[in-house]
Amino acid sequence: MATQHSRSAARMMMAPAVVLLLGWMLVPLCMTLYFSFKKYLPLRGGDLGWVGFDNYVRFVSSSSFWPSVYATLIIVGGVLAITVVLGVLLAILLDQPMWGQGIVRMLVIAPFFVMPTVSSLVWKNMFMDPNYGLLAYLWRFFGAEPVQWMSQASLPSIVMIVSWQWLPFATLILLTAIQSLDSEQLEASEMDGAPVISRFWHIILPHLSRAITVVILIQTIFLLSIFAEIFVTTGGAFGTKTLSYLIFQRVLESQNVGLGSAGGVYAIILANIVAIFLMRIVGKNLDN
Amino acid sequence: MGRIVLDNVTKSFGNAQVIPPLQLTIEDGEFAVFVGPSGCGKSTLLRLIAGLEDVTSGKIEIDGKDVSGLAPAKRGLAMVFQSYALYPHMTVRKNIAFPLKMAGLARAEIKKRVDNAAAVLNLTDYLDRRPGQLSGGQRQRVAIGRAIVREPAAFLFDEPLSNLDAALRVGMRLEISELHERLKSTMIYVTHDQVEAMTMADKIVVLQAGVIEQVGSPLELYRAPRNTFVAGFIGSPKMNLIDGPEATKRDAHTIGIRPEHIAVSSDSGSWKGKVNVSEHLGSDTFFHVQGTGLADSLTVRADGEVSFRHGDDIYLTPREEHIHRFDAKGLRIA
Ligand SMILES: Nc1ncnc2c1ncn2[C@@H]1O[C@H](COP(=O)(O)OP(=O)(O)OP(=O)(O)O)[C@@H](O)[C@H]1O
Ligand SMILES: [Mg+2]
Repeated sequence: MATQHSRSAARMMMAPAVVLLLGWMLVPLCMTLYFSFKKYLPLRGGDLGWVGFDNYVRFVSSSSFWPSVYATLIIVGGVLAITVVLGVLLAILLDQPMWGQGIVRMLVIAPFFVMPTVSSLVWKNMFMDPNYGLLAYLWRFFGAEPVQWMSQASLPSIVMIVSWQWLPFATLILLTAIQSLDSEQLEASEMDGAPVISRFWHIILPHLSRAITVVILIQTIFLLSIFAEIFVTTGGAFGTKTLSYLIFQRVLESQNVGLGSAGGVYAIILANIVAIFLMRIVGKNLDN
Repeated sequence: MGRIVLDNVTKSFGNAQVIPPLQLTIEDGEFAVFVGPSGCGKSTLLRLIAGLEDVTSGKIEIDGKDVSGLAPAKRGLAMVFQSYALYPHMTVRKNIAFPLKMAGLARAEIKKRVDNAAAVLNLTDYLDRRPGQLSGGQRQRVAIGRAIVREPAAFLFDEPLSNLDAALRVGMRLEISELHERLKSTMIYVTHDQVEAMTMADKIVVLQAGVIEQVGSPLELYRAPRNTFVAGFIGSPKMNLIDGPEATKRDAHTIGIRPEHIAVSSDSGSWKGKVNVSEHLGSDTFFHVQGTGLADSLTVRADGEVSFRHGDDIYLTPREEHIHRFDAKGLRIA
């Protein structure tokens, strides 16, 4: 198959895609790097020359930097924990033969197709509004004071909204993984005297470990950059300013492109650290 | 201990009755083999005994105790699956120890039993490997190891050797027979391999469409098949079944004669035909003979040195005392 000739032909045919992808990624990356070393204030004088690592130092020493790292970690970690745990349980549930299975599966997957902006607005206004939200009614029904979700429990609210969006993805991947489990293995463990809980811990969960790592890897990469959910709910207030939201504020609200770009470079480094870390876990998992 | 009695057991999947009422007793310490064509319900029957399927009606007794409603683990049986069903993420040691761990045995006792089983099955060097790093035969032995540590009342095997190559199959066949000699526990073994059935069994159960056609020792089935189905199923190559005048002459609707009970000659004999295909196995030669006017093709066995070519005339003489006679319903005439 892989003769010299077929390999060079393959390279030729892949070239346009590779060039396009490289351009797509390299141009913005280079521009971000370029601006991060400049003092660039579009509405206040424009390009004010090179400043070395000034922007990098200022971004980290700003009082909002560490809180934003904290918010990012809480949101990513919280959503991962919720989607993986509930995803495993839902996948097991959906794997059981039941009436109307096709429709139920469709419904479970549906949230994934709702745009983040829309779903956040729906959650914010229809569920979490302290006056006329559904949750407020529920609280009042039990005689409790409605929670001011967006201000009193801002981080948990966002974690909840984002989890709702990503749960279908986790469920879908885990469901396909469960379906690939050899039924004879479960029967063998049943013969071996393993009760339901042990079968879950010793057979199903190890079988799912690879799918779980894939879910964590992919979700982390996407969750690090969530934006719309914060923009339309709290607008970054009440301690929900993540790293990407902070960058957005620096560039667009403060009109400081240089500072924002420096933040962007930090975000790239952070994402790569996470990616390398997770790749190694997945790699180890894929080895056997 | 492991005397297994199936009393009027039936099994239906939806409307399809796979096992009609069935009566079977397997004595303690017996090696019983279920054979039959594909889809006849061998696996289903085994799974009913194991408890992996519920009986639709009837009851299953193990050592006189009704176990029809019991969970698989409570029946005290161990099963070896066709795919081995080893736990891929556990080492061989953990695989074998799993049923003991589930039974809540002390760690020292588990170690002792696992080491014992590993020694018996020549697995000592592989205890720290994972199933993915073992050959087919070794995986098979791990599956057996996982079964024997529990010291079950009976072993159930569902075509355990069908994934192995021919040479390994012969080896494992002997090992399982030896294991049976040593443990003396009841074993039920499903196969559609003739040779496995004949060589290993104390008792063969021939099934067709969920119905037991005959139960008996291998030689009983070979010498006195109860009907034409068993006659055609047991023995390799298959028995020749002949209808028509040759059968009527012997007061039967159908007669059967095994390939090994026909003498061949190049100049004289009762039946004359032409050699079509000859299969030389070295020790034996099988000739497929056509144009006898008795059946489409007759198979005969001859010594390895006998040589006929394609198209040669061949004369066949059946040994009268080995002719089986069957009536119009296919039942044996004594
Ligand atoms: N879960 C099931 N639902 C419906 N029908 C089934 C089910 N399991 C088995 N059957 C049917 O029961 C019959 C017997 O199946 P079984 O697996 O016992 O055959 P078998 O004798 O083991 O065949 P093989 O030699 O091919 O393994 C088949 O006709 C099969 O289609
Ligand atoms: Mg089968």
